[in-house]
Amino acid sequence: MIFVDVWVWLSDPENWSGAGGIPARVGQHLLYCLAATAFAALIAVPLGLYVGHTGRGGVVLVGGGNAIRALPTLGLVTVLYLVAGGGTVPVLIGLVVLAVPPILAGTYAGVQDVDRGVVDAASGMGMTDAQRLWQVELPNALPLLMGGVRNAMLQVVATASVAAYVGLGGLGRPLLDGLRVLDYGQLVGGALFVALLAVLLDLLLSVVQRLVVPRGLRLAPASAARRRVRRGVDDSSPQKLVATAGQPDSGGSRA
Amino acid sequence: MFADLGKYLGNAGTRAQIADHLVEHVYLSLLPIVFAVLLAVPLGWACHRYRPLRGALIGVANVVYTVPSLALFVIIPAVAGTQILWPGNVIIALTVYTTALLIRPVAEALDAVPDHVVAAATAMGYRPLPRFLTVELPLAVPVLAAGVRVGSVSNISLVSVGAIIGSGGLGVLFTDGFSRRYLAPILVGIVLTLALALVVDLLLVALRRALTPWTRAQGVSVA
Repeated sequence: MIFVDVWVWLSDPENWSGAGGIPARVGQHLLYCLAATAFAALIAVPLGLYVGHTGRGGVVLVGGGNAIRALPTLGLVTVLYLVAGGGTVPVLIGLVVLAVPPILAGTYAGVQDVDRGVVDAASGMGMTDAQRLWQVELPNALPLLMGGVRNAMLQVVATASVAAYVGLGGLGRPLLDGLRVLDYGQLVGGALFVALLAVLLDLLLSVVQRLVVPRGLRLAPASAARRRVRRGVDDSSPQKLVATAGQPDSGGSRA
Repeated sequence: MFADLGKYLGNAGTRAQIADHLVEHVYLSLLPIVFAVLLAVPLGWACHRYRPLRGALIGVANVVYTVPSLALFVIIPAVAGTQILWPGNVIIALTVYTTALLIRPVAEALDAVPDHVVAAATAMGYRPLPRFLTVELPLAVPVLAAGVRVGSVSNISLVSVGAIIGSGGLGVLFTDGFSRRYLAPILVGIVLTLALALVVDLLLVALRRALTPWTRAQGVSVA
C-alpha cells in the first residue's frame, strides 16, 4: 500500500532533520521559487508596462510568449545544465526564463485591456503620460498582472521539481531519489509536498492579489484573470470584459 | 555542434527511434485532449445547469490545475492504484489537467448562448439532448477550441516530463542526452516538440474553422 509507505516516510524523524530533511527541502524550494519569480517580475513588469502603454511590440511579445509555453521544461533545464557545464545557477536562470512570459503577458494584457474611455478621461483631466501610466493604467492592470505572477509561480514550482533531475535541490529531490530506488513512500511523499507547496503559494498570492488590487476593481476576480481562454462569451458584465479581452489563448503555462 | 547533430541524425537506427518517440509523444499528449473534451462537456454542462455545483467543480479544477505535473504523475498511481511506471498514468494526469482547464470555459460558453436561440430551438420542437448537441454545443465550439489549443500546447510540452518516470515520448531524448552528456538528442527533442506543438495548433485552428462555418461570415457574431 502506497499510503502506508508514505506514512512510514513521513513519520521517520530522520527525514525531518539535516540538509536533506523535509524542512530544508521546503525552504530550498521556496527560496528558488520566490527568487526566480521576483527576478522575472523585475524584468517582465516594466517591459510589459512599456509595451502595453506604448502599444509597441505587442505582437512579438504574444507570439514569443506562446512559443515559450510550448518549450519542454525538461529539455530546457537539461540543455542549460549541459551548456553551462553544470551548477545550479544556469538552472535557476532557466526558471527565470520560464517565469518571464506569463508575467509579461499578464502585464501587457492588463494595460491593453484598460477601458479606452478611462484612459481618455485621464488624459482629458490633464494627466501627464507618466501619471496616466502609474495612476490609471497600472492599478487597472493589477488583476491580470497578478494573474500572470500566479501563473509564473506555478510554472516555477513545477519546473523547480523537474529540475531536480539535473541536480537542483528542493522538493524534487525526495521525489526523484525515491524514484531511483523505487522507494514509493519517499517518491509519493515528495510529490505530495510539491503539490501542497504549489497550492499554498497560489493561495498566498491570491491573498496578496486581494490586498494590492484596488477595491474598485474587485469585480474582476483573480480566477477570471488566470486562464483567459474565453472568447465569444457574453461581454455584458465588467468582469467578463476583463476576462475576454486580449488574446484568447494566452492561458497559463505549465510544467 | 552541427557536426554532432549530423552525426547523431546520420544513423538510421537513431532516426527510427526518434520517429517512435514522436509517435508515442503524439498519442500521449493528444489522447488526453480527446478524453478531456468528452469529460469537460458534460461537467461544463452540469456547471451551467446547476449553479451550486459550479463553485465546487471550478474550485476543484483550479486546485487540480495548480498541482505540478511531476507530482501529479506519481500521485495518480497512488490514488488510482496503478503501477508507478505505467505510461497510462501520464495520460490520466494530462486528462485531469485538460479537463480542469476546459470545465470553466465550457460552462461560460454555454451560459453565453442567447436565451432566444434556445427558446427558438425549443419552439421548433428540439428535445433537450438534440438541442444541446446540435444548437448549444456548436455555439460553444469557438470557446472550447480556444481551450483545447491551450491544453494541447501545454500537454505536448508536459509529456516530456513523463520521461523522468519512464513514460516514453520525446522526453526520452532529454533523459538520454542528459545521462550521456550529449546535446544533440536534447536539441532534436526540443525542436521536434516545438514543431509538433505548432502543427497540432494549426490543425486545431483548421478544425475549429471547419466546425464553425458561421464565424467566417462577415459581421456575424457568435453570441
